[in-house]
Amino acid sequence: MTTGPMDFGSQLFVFILAAFLGLEVIKRVSPLLHTPLMSLTNAISAISIVAAIEIAGEGRTALSTTLGTLAVAAASANIIGGFMITDRMLKMFKKREVRK
Amino acid sequence: MISSFLADGAASLVSVAGRGESSMQNLTTTAMAIVAAILFILALKWLSAPSTARRGNLAGEIGMTVAILGALLGYHILRYEWIIVGFTIGAMIGAPMAIWMSMTAVPQRTALSHACGALAAALVGTAHYYLYFQPGAAVPQRITMAILCIEVILGALTFTGSLMAFGKLQDLLPARPTLYRGQNVLNFLILGAALATGVLLTLHPTMRVLFPILLGLATLFGVLLILPIGGADMPTVIALLNSYAGLSASMMGFVLNNRLLIIAGALDGASGLILSIIMCRAMNRSFANVLFGAFGQVQASAASAEKKSVRRTTAEEAAQVMEAAASVIIIPGYGMAVAQAQHKVRDLYDQLTNRGVDVKFAIHPVAGRMPGHMNVLLAEAEIPYDRLIEMDEINADFPQCDVALVIGANDVVNPAARHDKSSPIYGMPIINADRAKTVMAIKRSMNPGFAGIENELYTADNCLMLFGDAKTVVAGVAKELAEAAKSN
Repeated sequence: MTTGPMDFGSQLFVFILAAFLGLEVIKRVSPLLHTPLMSLTNAISAISIVAAIEIAGEGRTALSTTLGTLAVAAASANIIGGFMITDRMLKMFKKREVRK
Repeated sequence: MISSFLADGAASLVSVAGRGESSMQNLTTTAMAIVAAILFILALKWLSAPSTARRGNLAGEIGMTVAILGALLGYHILRYEWIIVGFTIGAMIGAPMAIWMSMTAVPQRTALSHACGALAAALVGTAHYYLYFQPGAAVPQRITMAILCIEVILGALTFTGSLMAFGKLQDLLPARPTLYRGQNVLNFLILGAALATGVLLTLHPTMRVLFPILLGLATLFGVLLILPIGGADMPTVIALLNSYAGLSASMMGFVLNNRLLIIAGALDGASGLILSIIMCRAMNRSFANVLFGAFGQVQASAASAEKKSVRRTTAEEAAQVMEAAASVIIIPGYGMAVAQAQHKVRDLYDQLTNRGVDVKFAIHPVAGRMPGHMNVLLAEAEIPYDRLIEMDEINADFPQCDVALVIGANDVVNPAARHDKSSPIYGMPIINADRAKTVMAIKRSMNPGFAGIENELYTADNCLMLFGDAKTVVAGVAKELAEAAKSN
């Protein structure tokens, strides 16, 4: 996944732009959904799995493979658990009576 | 800066076009990363309203799948068995927790998942550092080494800090703040030492002995940082840890030159930051005060000496008062979660609504142990979400409200926050339950709440106390109402 050369300046540019976008979008999230918001963003932040996969799969040293495998486990627990529980919570939010 | 960024992008596209097969792969992974980043942004956008929120979660899932596929297709990958092992272990931990953990345990689960995310970042950072010593590896640039140090410090402290938060929320550790003399000085010294080690490593990346020291100091700091935090401050702290976990993923993106990691981590960091600011505002406190103020210690105040009398009531009497009311506002708090009373609250809601009583819920931003905790519990009990009203919106309704029913909330309804300058919660925005015609408060005992302060609401003339476990008391009132309905 490592892309071509990118200097610190453009990395910072991407970071600030994404953080700004995040602030603007998340400001609009209803307080009603703050718990699902946290579990969803938490699942998204487990994007570090992308780097963990590379380290676990490259097999460069025993240490890096071990650390990479543990990191894949930790991140995927977060991804699977995070998205599943977010959906479980969101399913519960209903506007009107469903049972009579 | 924009032009240089665009030029960089254009140049990499041009070079990609001229480099044959591996460059095609490069282009594919770049395209996949862009798709994933867009889906993550859409996920957060759709999450803003309940009607589109599930679509948002789906967008997040697809985005993550695309990102993982992109990583698996990467040409660095030689062996898949360890990836599969890791993924299987992760699925075996993550899925059962998501399926069977009760909704009242959502704060604990969230703390654990912050720990997992941060652990992954710290492990990857550690692996990267030691890979620099492999033959053929380039010595990292100073800026890369500095960012790697920040990634590892944030990851390690968030890992242990989140585990501590989990322990406190799960009652494995005492939920009250653990305090000792010189605590803040010690904490700052340890953080300072961790940062100093990071600076040294940046200047001398080959001093391998420093790296375990850096890890150790950050790990220790995470534990010490959460020790003095009380349960009432958990919403802020969980949001802050959320932010740190995101930032460490973003820092990893800087180290690896991976834009998708930078973006996804920044989105998570921004979300955690916004939530912690909202939580701090809802308590009228600063970050520094939450982290180092040791709020919630038991205060031997003089006020506790003068005991005013309270008026008790029974479930039967409470049912009669509510039956005659035109409007009831329920104020839930952590006590409702502890007693798992939300389904009984739903019964009470049904009984009252069937009689034509207007029932609403007043939600304080810091009620419970994490942002939005009460909303999730009430939604689980199938209470329509348009009945769950935020504090600022509902406060104007209390003077016209017949009954304010406080279920396991305490500090968020303490009128002292409005007028008593000596009170530790002075200035905190509260729910104006005291302005209702009648207030009923369900409480286990007269013990003060988490902030350790007396609540003058309970001794007010318009307040009736219902002592007992929230679930039992609410069930009792609902039963009285049901029987009264039958006999009519």
